[in-house]
Amino acid sequence: MSVTDSRSLTELAQALANGDTSSVALTEAALTRIDALDGALNSFITVDRESALRDATAADARIADGSAAPLTGIPIAHKDIFCTRGLRTSCGSRMLDNFTPPYDATVVERLRSAGAVVIGKTNMDEFAMGSSNENSFYGPCKNPWDLNRVPGGSSGGSAAAVAAGLVAAATGTDTGGSIRQPAAFCGITGLKPTYGLVSRLGMIAYASSLDQGGPMARSAEDCALLLEAMAGHDPRDSTSAQRPVANYREQLAQSLDGLRIGIPKEYFGEGLDSGVAAVIEAALKEYESMGATLHEISLPRTALSIPAYYVIAPAEASTNLSRYDGVRYGHRCDNPKDLEDLYTRSREEGFGAEVQRRILVGTYALSSGYYDAYYKKAQQVRRFIAGDFASAFESVDVIAGPTTPGIAFALGSKTSDPTAMYLEDIYTLSVNLAGLPAMSLPAGFSQGMPVGLQLIGQHFEEARLLGAAHQFQQRSDWHRQTPKLELPA
Amino acid sequence: MSVSGDTIREIAQLARLAVEDDELPALTSSFNAILDLFEQLQAAPTDGVEPMANPLDASQSLREDVVTETNQREALQAVAPLTEDGLYLVPRVVD
Repeated sequence: MSVTDSRSLTELAQALANGDTSSVALTEAALTRIDALDGALNSFITVDRESALRDATAADARIADGSAAPLTGIPIAHKDIFCTRGLRTSCGSRMLDNFTPPYDATVVERLRSAGAVVIGKTNMDEFAMGSSNENSFYGPCKNPWDLNRVPGGSSGGSAAAVAAGLVAAATGTDTGGSIRQPAAFCGITGLKPTYGLVSRLGMIAYASSLDQGGPMARSAEDCALLLEAMAGHDPRDSTSAQRPVANYREQLAQSLDGLRIGIPKEYFGEGLDSGVAAVIEAALKEYESMGATLHEISLPRTALSIPAYYVIAPAEASTNLSRYDGVRYGHRCDNPKDLEDLYTRSREEGFGAEVQRRILVGTYALSSGYYDAYYKKAQQVRRFIAGDFASAFESVDVIAGPTTPGIAFALGSKTSDPTAMYLEDIYTLSVNLAGLPAMSLPAGFSQGMPVGLQLIGQHFEEARLLGAAHQFQQRSDWHRQTPKLELPA
Repeated sequence: MSVSGDTIREIAQLARLAVEDDELPALTSSFNAILDLFEQLQAAPTDGVEPMANPLDASQSLREDVVTETNQREALQAVAPLTEDGLYLVPRVVD
């Protein structure tokens, strides 16, 4: 018998409703899998055993009395960037290693109301800055398909935990690809919603004009179920969109007949691995056979998304992270000799190398005399990039291409060169700059490693994306493939 | 465009970060590689283009100026490194 559980949220909810299993049994099984496998994977930073079992017992009572919500009793995990009341929230940083939030993030609160049992908090790049999960204070998370490779980042722990069958679903956040790239590397389905669809309250800030939380699970159907719970206006987040939440599951059964799919030629040029290209081309042919039509389009300023993003995100990060000063919460250095020393040493000790580098770059980009050349210029280029998408969407309904230029890379292979790591984000960054929804879904394998197909939609067209992904998953079983994890002897 | 190790130290001072001597050469080199990447932006003709601060071009939403939060000082200060009588303690600033 396999130690992992590859059942979907929908299947687990059905099993609970039928009385085939209980929330306590599912939670205990998940804890057993984490005990057995997570020593090797390192996908969790914190596991909340007692509280999970207590919530599971309460969930079983609700199921018994007929008051269950859609996710009641199903164990899930949260990326350790979402504040959880009473449960340490580290953001992958020594700075917050001692931080237990006094409140829940809106996302956490809403998934709790939908019945989910929180089993723990997943590993991530420190403050969500990274594309490999190697920037975590708690050590790198490993890819369950090959323990010598990265799971992607920054939501690497969530992707690895779902791929390894430790949990059926987890939350992630995506500032420049941090849901989609790890979803692609680990062979799961992940959705970055439109900017503002999911509340950022209690989601520790990296780059506030780009950050967006979203679901990570096996299938588009599961992502639809999670998004229904997560999305919606939050008066406590001033950038939260004021629109009703769609019933995403009802719209999964849409026909793809006549769906116009745009294929950006810039996503298939130099730098794209040939094995990844072959998988994506086969997936696009499958869409054609389902009635969609393919149209070559151009997103001419794609390459500029890298410098634009790596100005804007660090600039916003440098201001967001100025709050960590050793005074109100988080790490404080020992024996500060004066206030200046308290600030500087607390920050120096609390932040890792990549976070410090981005704070420095961002501080420089915002500093007097350089603001126009860097920050303002990057924001102007951002408008070009958004405009390129808007023009493309005049003639197509969705845009499709690879999520990443290659398969998951080897641990340690890009850590010495930050700019090489930044180039990995070429197909994902522009989506955040334009605030569009996009997802990654499993489309096949190259060299035994999963490959992700990226679908990009117009603002607030998550239903169309989820439907297009669901239809593909009705005709393929890539999303049902699971890694063969060896139990430690 | 590239910056010197001294400039990195000045930026670090602005950001309240300390840079150790042995870290400075590698940091300067990676910092300059990032600035090289930024140079690509200069080729884009952006005269007269409105900078985009919010991807939906949304403006700040406003609410009524009324009290909506209750006092949670104790809960919020429970995670503070050092407090006394409801105040955050830092090293003495004025003698």
